[in-house]
Amino acid sequence: MSNPVFERIQSTIDANDVVVFMKGTQSFPQCGFSATVAKILGHLGVDFQDVNVLADPEIRNGIKEFTNWPTIPQLYVKGEFVGGCDIIREMFETGELRAFLEEKGVKLEQAA
Amino acid sequence: MTVEDTIRTKLTAAFAPEALSVENDSARHAGHAHLTHHLKTQGRGPADATGQSHFNVTIVADAFKGLGRVARQRLVYDALKDELAGPVHALAVKAKAPGE
Repeated sequence: MSNPVFERIQSTIDANDVVVFMKGTQSFPQCGFSATVAKILGHLGVDFQDVNVLADPEIRNGIKEFTNWPTIPQLYVKGEFVGGCDIIREMFETGELRAFLEEKGVKLEQAA
Repeated sequence: MTVEDTIRTKLTAAFAPEALSVENDSARHAGHAHLTHHLKTQGRGPADATGQSHFNVTIVADAFKGLGRVARQRLVYDALKDELAGPVHALAVKAKAPGE
């Protein structure tokens, strides 16, 4: 892999169990779709690394190519792309997201 | 042809869907900061807002049988890649196989 942006993305998803590439930050999302994903993970008590693509135009464009996925937010768990807002919301509503995270060994705090 | 019509035409051609709904959700987002920003990244201003930027797509087709969520949505995105690179700012997708 010789693309420096791809290398940065790869090292971020290698170094963190759960990563969300999003518009804004988890405490201040700047897009409704990103806010939804952050809220769902917060609800499940998942500690995640946020990457604010608005603060980094290289990542903003690079992540779309890296994942072959044209939209943001994007959720990675243990280096694996799980989906964007629609998929995460659907998996959350059916209970699959919790099961998936548990299966992957991601620590979930008791939801408040 | 509106963007909504183009989406419908392209998805029909690509998947011959059993059911297809394309809902224009743009009005709900009119004037929002993120849309203004989206237009700006394309060198346009708020006056260029077309009312054709946010869509909800629900599609039922054989092509999705046996595929996971990510693979399904990728197929839909691929069929609409020109629109996603241009006027479409957000596309919510529900892709199902018949009988699901």
